[in-house]
Amino acid sequence: MDKIKELKEQIESVFSEDLTLEKLNDLKIEYLGKKGLITGLNASIRDLPNEEKKEFGKNVNELRTLFNSKYEELKERLELEETNKRLESEKIDITLPATRLQVGAPNILEKVIEEVEELLMSMGYDVVDGPEIEEDKFNFEMLNIPKGHPARDAQDTFYIKDEEILLRSQTSPVQARTMLKGEGKTPIRMICPGKTYRRDDDDATHSHQFMQIEGLLIDKDISLSDLKGTFDVIAKKLFGDDCKTRFRPSYYQFTEPSVETDISCFVCKGKGCSLCKNTGWITVAGAGMVHPNVLRNGGYDPEVWSGFAFGFGAERLAMLKYGIDDIRVFYQTDLRETKAFDRKDVD
Amino acid sequence: MISLNWVKDYIDLEGLDLKELAVKVTKAGINVEKVVTNHIDNLVIGEVVECVNHPDSDHLHVCQVNIGDEVTQIVCGASNVREGIKVIVALPGAVLPDEFEIKKSKIRGVESNGMICALFELELEEKTEENYNKGIHELSSDAPVGEDPLKYLGLDDTLYELDVHKHRNNDCYYHIGFAYEIASILNKKVTLPSDSFNEIEENIDKHFSLKVETDKCPYYLAKMVTDIEIKESPDFIKKRLIAAGMRPINNVVDISNYVMLEYGQPMHFFDKDKLGDKIVVRDAREGEEIITLDEKERILKASDIVITDGEKSVCIAGVMGGLNTDVDENTKTILIESAIFDATSIRYTASHLGLRSEASIRYGKGLNYEYTEKAILRACHLLEKYANAKVLSGMVSHDKVDKEPKVVEFKARDINKLLGITIDTKDMEIELDRLDFKYTLKDDVFKVTIPNRRLDIDPNVNDIAEEIGRLYGYHNLVSTLPRVPLRKGVYVGDVKYRKLVSKRLRTLGLNECKTYTLVSPEMASSFKYDNKDNVVLPNPMSADKSVVRTSIIPSLINTYEYNKARKVNDILLYEISKVYDVNFNEELKVAILMKGSYMANAWQKALVKVDFYLVKGIIENILDYLGFKNRYTFEVANTIDLHPGMSANILVDREVVGIIGRIHPSVKKDDIYVAELSLTKLLDKKVKAIKYKELNKYPTITKDFAVIIDKDIHASDVMQVIKRAGGRTLTNVEVFDVYEGKNIDSGKKSIAFSLTFEDYTRTLTDEEVTDNFTKVIKDVENKYEATLRDN
Repeated sequence: MDKIKELKEQIESVFSEDLTLEKLNDLKIEYLGKKGLITGLNASIRDLPNEEKKEFGKNVNELRTLFNSKYEELKERLELEETNKRLESEKIDITLPATRLQVGAPNILEKVIEEVEELLMSMGYDVVDGPEIEEDKFNFEMLNIPKGHPARDAQDTFYIKDEEILLRSQTSPVQARTMLKGEGKTPIRMICPGKTYRRDDDDATHSHQFMQIEGLLIDKDISLSDLKGTFDVIAKKLFGDDCKTRFRPSYYQFTEPSVETDISCFVCKGKGCSLCKNTGWITVAGAGMVHPNVLRNGGYDPEVWSGFAFGFGAERLAMLKYGIDDIRVFYQTDLRETKAFDRKDVD
Repeated sequence: MISLNWVKDYIDLEGLDLKELAVKVTKAGINVEKVVTNHIDNLVIGEVVECVNHPDSDHLHVCQVNIGDEVTQIVCGASNVREGIKVIVALPGAVLPDEFEIKKSKIRGVESNGMICALFELELEEKTEENYNKGIHELSSDAPVGEDPLKYLGLDDTLYELDVHKHRNNDCYYHIGFAYEIASILNKKVTLPSDSFNEIEENIDKHFSLKVETDKCPYYLAKMVTDIEIKESPDFIKKRLIAAGMRPINNVVDISNYVMLEYGQPMHFFDKDKLGDKIVVRDAREGEEIITLDEKERILKASDIVITDGEKSVCIAGVMGGLNTDVDENTKTILIESAIFDATSIRYTASHLGLRSEASIRYGKGLNYEYTEKAILRACHLLEKYANAKVLSGMVSHDKVDKEPKVVEFKARDINKLLGITIDTKDMEIELDRLDFKYTLKDDVFKVTIPNRRLDIDPNVNDIAEEIGRLYGYHNLVSTLPRVPLRKGVYVGDVKYRKLVSKRLRTLGLNECKTYTLVSPEMASSFKYDNKDNVVLPNPMSADKSVVRTSIIPSLINTYEYNKARKVNDILLYEISKVYDVNFNEELKVAILMKGSYMANAWQKALVKVDFYLVKGIIENILDYLGFKNRYTFEVANTIDLHPGMSANILVDREVVGIIGRIHPSVKKDDIYVAELSLTKLLDKKVKAIKYKELNKYPTITKDFAVIIDKDIHASDVMQVIKRAGGRTLTNVEVFDVYEGKNIDSGKKSIAFSLTFEDYTRTLTDEEVTDNFTKVIKDVENKYEATLRDN
């Protein structure tokens, strides 16, 4: 029994010393290992008289429990200390710069075009494309602009071969091509955003290469009011829900009646400012009802079919939307500028 | 410029606010850009009641001027100021041209309450030495003191500066045509000016014959006047010409211009005595020469039209008269020409001679034959009145004009359907009346005859709808949406492909460019790996935009340079664009240019630098994405303008679809990597649908080995040998190490492969894998004289 008492005191004293996790592990072997001090007591139980065996066994168990509880308590404390130390040592300066992960930016024009495409596709318009080197027939003749017509002079065209092959001066030839495909039977809803070319000297507001977004709808009983409604939807999507619209009489060879479409100035809200030249309105597109000759040339009987067409200048839309004042920005791709456009627009 | 004073000759505008009218005109489709009025507030007629010398000046005068309700003191420096004359007085508050505001002031100690004006100071005359010397303007003695002097002089006018769309720049560029436009807006009627005159007994036939030998002159009228007296024009003609921006010359010339501005019909006056007794209109001969009024020699083309006296040409029809028959101060007899020439031909002639005149512009737009006749009569009227001309009876004419009226039939419903409005038949009649269109109405069907002055209107219902619509007012349209079936639009054809590749490349960190299709010959000749000839513009604007490109890479290099010059270091670009060859074959291409680091964190010294293999990875990513996994290879190539040791062709199904490589140092020293793919070629290939494949349930076995081989042997070739030798169960081969240098003989390299064996139906045994693996090593050793490296 003295042995037990002695061991008990020894345990108390050992655990009051400064211990490391390593030493603690050694202690466990020393006391509870195969040849451990407490384990060794079990061997001496055989030599005891039977009536003492029970009592002795109980005391040995108590001793084991005492050791274990002291051991677990200390182990937990030491491990926590160690963890804390490690965490402290792993501390970083979270204010240091991040690793740059970058997604590429769209060309600014493309961003605006995609916005229009997304909207009009949801309204049932297909997005189609056509050749940039085009035949005179599609670029002019089928659009009610015969050879020698003064309307050709204004669209100072890059001719490539005689007066037959040219760099398209507008995206409207895609109207003619789409109509021919429809064979006068299928209703048409399409837009065509694409590159166009005219003999303009490049400066802040002119570009020999520019992009148009052409739209065409042909069906039955289509009216100018339908064009107005469609334009309203586009204008509100691009320039906000409080955007007002108006039509002004205009003239295009391939539409009749023709209109110029204005939006209320989003800067001054119609009061008059430098952007809208004090008119309160900004012109954004040309449009009109498809000319009966154009329908006929495309194989659609004007007695049966009617439709409207519209054309936006992509550069103009982008310049208005983002306050850009030089058209060359779109074709220079200054990455410092372009990257600012790799984000969502405000709703 | 349209003078509203002039328009008032034909339509009653009394009491109308002309600024408001301009707004209405604009709304109806003729854009009034600017309303110019020369009215000046605080400008009055005054009478100088006393004029004494300034006590402190040798040239100034102190005047007491009666301005109606008071007498005020004004200091004046003009030499012609004197007691008793009536003058134009600008009182304090008057703002003269150039924003010059009159204020009360003291001039050398003497109070002055205004300014006595010269005409040039009011911009009513040019600022010339001569006008300056005339001094202040003296009004006649009956001028009413206190009234507006401009009104008294008939100089108060309102001018509209028009920006007219092409189709209306015919009828809205002359005053009568514009009067009709205003009449339709205001629902008023137009009164045409007088064209009556007396004719003498003598007939033109005796003096003159006409022959037209070209079909480019459908209408030619000539009248003859004699005994004319050349002098200055009356004031009202001079003023109106000035207002319209033309310089008055003499009564005869001015009258021809005046009538042109009334009816839009240009006319030519020949000196009959110089001309002779004959006019022949014919096509010019190629190279034919004529000296025009401005004393310049002009060389004509066969497509031009000339007026001749039967032998020599006397006028380039519709463009400019000849010096040999011009009207001068001694002219007594005139032959008046009023004609219609082929518009396209006139435009072409004016353009190749560089002679765009008021006349040629008008001929070029087309003319109304009714006014060709009205104008010549009006000219006779004015010549009789203001040049004392005697008008010979008879008119010589050539008339092949198509006078078939343009008629269109429709119902009110047809118009309403197009516009989306409801105007009933009765209101439709009102609208047509306003337009002054003649029509009949029977069983609800309108039969409208389009007036000849409206050359822009074709006989179809859309044109009528436009006229009705613009007067009805587009602001009254109600917005509706087309009643069409619901559907979702799609990207058609290669548009979809373009969008997919574009978005993928952006996701991979590349920035989208747009550059010009037209490039310089130098750019066009670089990266010509396709060996395709370029389209060269026959008439370029400048050399640097004269060729249609076949590759986008040179343009991207420009964008690279642009950014580099602006100190952008990491430049990752792509562009998708169509290119064309000399036969106009179209190809959709995507080009990539990369330089610098792909991903970086400077303070950690960590970065992914752009190199060949990164660009290759981008290309593979795109090809995998488009469904070409395991169908592409990269083949060593020596591509023009690429580094010979870092250049490859990209092949899909063994067809070259693009190129990749580092730019040749002789083109650019910087280590720039580029690639270009033909999306058109890819689009032509079939791709299998995505299909779910269960992952292998059985374990895979991986075996590695390294060999030492000649440096020049391509890894891809070795991999081919491995794949063939490894058999069906070898499902993947990867390179995991390449090493040259220490412990490896020069000219050799060590390359290590990792092989994966598996079977989807069972677990492979060690034995069979080892057999296959041993065969692989043996084949590689035999084929490449390779040495197996000890691990």
